[in-house]
Amino acid sequence: MTANAQAGRVSLQVASGHARRRAWFSRGMTGILGLALLLAVIPLALILAVIVVNGLPAMNWEFLTSTFNFSRRTPGGGYFHGLVGTLYMGGLATLMAVPAGIAAAVFLTEFPRHRLAGPVRFFSDVMTGVPSVFVGLFVYTILVRQMGFGTFVGAVSLAIIMLPIVVRSAEEILRLVPAELKRASYALGARHWQTVFGVVLPTASPGLVTASMLAVARALGETAPLVLTALAAQSVVLDLQGSGQTALPLLVFREARGAFEAGQQRAWAGALELMALVLLLTIVARAFGARRGGRS
Amino acid sequence: MSGITIDVQPMVEEPSRDVTRAGSAAGSDQPAEMDAVFELEGVSIHYGDFQAVRDISLRIARNQISALIGPSGCGKSTVLRSLNRMNDLVPSARLDGTIRYNGEDIYDPAIDPVEVRRRIGMVFQKPNPFPKSIYDNVAFGPRLNKFRGNLDELVERSLRRAALWDEVKDKLGNNGLSLSGGQQQRLCIARAIAVEPDVILMDEPCSALDPIATLRIEELMHELKSNYTIVIVTHNMQQAARASDVTAFLTMGEDRAGYLVEMAPTATLFTRPASKLTEDYITGRFG
Repeated sequence: MTANAQAGRVSLQVASGHARRRAWFSRGMTGILGLALLLAVIPLALILAVIVVNGLPAMNWEFLTSTFNFSRRTPGGGYFHGLVGTLYMGGLATLMAVPAGIAAAVFLTEFPRHRLAGPVRFFSDVMTGVPSVFVGLFVYTILVRQMGFGTFVGAVSLAIIMLPIVVRSAEEILRLVPAELKRASYALGARHWQTVFGVVLPTASPGLVTASMLAVARALGETAPLVLTALAAQSVVLDLQGSGQTALPLLVFREARGAFEAGQQRAWAGALELMALVLLLTIVARAFGARRGGRS
Repeated sequence: MSGITIDVQPMVEEPSRDVTRAGSAAGSDQPAEMDAVFELEGVSIHYGDFQAVRDISLRIARNQISALIGPSGCGKSTVLRSLNRMNDLVPSARLDGTIRYNGEDIYDPAIDPVEVRRRIGMVFQKPNPFPKSIYDNVAFGPRLNKFRGNLDELVERSLRRAALWDEVKDKLGNNGLSLSGGQQQRLCIARAIAVEPDVILMDEPCSALDPIATLRIEELMHELKSNYTIVIVTHNMQQAARASDVTAFLTMGEDRAGYLVEMAPTATLFTRPASKLTEDYITGRFG
């Protein structure tokens, strides 16, 4: 102490005067953050728990593989037609939205100064916020009134919902591709398109798969646009157009509102099936992305 | 315009050692009979309104290692990147003056910058292998050019020349990013060699490496010299002194635009610099 004072230095002891208070403050803040995390996780956990608890009793092989009974009042039967419709429309919508969305994102990242880049980005943002029922109404007005209800128009409405999600999340992913890699490619005499296909897209592929999956998961859960485009079906429909189509969320929506206990049970099982489907697709996509991307 | 200059200074296939013997050559006054790969005449480069480099004229000899040294911000990397038109990728960059590569003006509107880059390879400051396998990294360039030979052989040859083959021959399928920093940089050199360029530009290739890896790269440069012309930008004067045949010293003026002070055989520049500015820099009084 005296040595310090003589040298005009402040001792560590004095300088650390508030150390204990700081430690408590730090603990308090960590606690608050933990609480916030808990608050955020509780609704998610509750939803999962309620769906599993209510859906599991009605979930069985018959539910997964058969369509409606003759009577909706009685237990039995299942949502196989809804699963087919969901995968059919979801698959078509993915084929429409993912290539177009990734192409738009490549445009936005490779030509950021192009005069169309600003408008494209702006409208993607606006479209992300458009309520999905409007998308249904839009497709109803321009397609359904000419073509009728069906798989294709349903897929179009889902694709419109997916597109802005794919564009914006893919843009974020593509922006993460290091500029040094692009420079390395150019320095080897690659043309712009060779750099995009040879370096940018392969480097970003795991992230692009995740971005696409986000959009697919969102689309598979959509109900409102399908009410106005796919309408409904009582059995498995493989036609592209000409008859109505159904999907898991449509069936859940109808039967959950219904008066019959058996129907409500099926709706719970349908919700569980939808959730499991999205989870499964996400896991598969992640595994695929990790394998293809090959980051050390 | 380029034709006139060529007529005045006919290029003779003369061994490049002449330059080393040329002794006190200062500035751009290189002997006319030197076999120049690059000839820069009055090159000025702007980024938007900012002038990065002013009125540089110099010649770079074939099969030699030429070093560009100078303080940070003097425009040496800018000059290097102008040699294979990498500055074209910066939207605001503009070049005045002429750069001739084997007598051809590479900024002529009729010249495709991609063709320029296929002949003039580049190694960057930070090792930047693609997140692909070691094999695919080396094969990237040849595949772009629709290489029709034995690709395995080319990959092996390139890795051998880059002194990396023995370390990676059993794991060509591993990701390039799994290598150490020095190995990654040698992989990048192998990748540049695989397109069989004429010139290799190196932009501070060792600044991210430890001394041992640095020494390996320098040895490698020395081996590559017989087949390639190498131009290296370095911050490290010892490196320039150790590794290069000819050194150009650049510095910047009051307006922060870089200019060439002198260019001379390395031994001369470091022992008997013609300019006081060079002397101050190499003796550590400035920069």
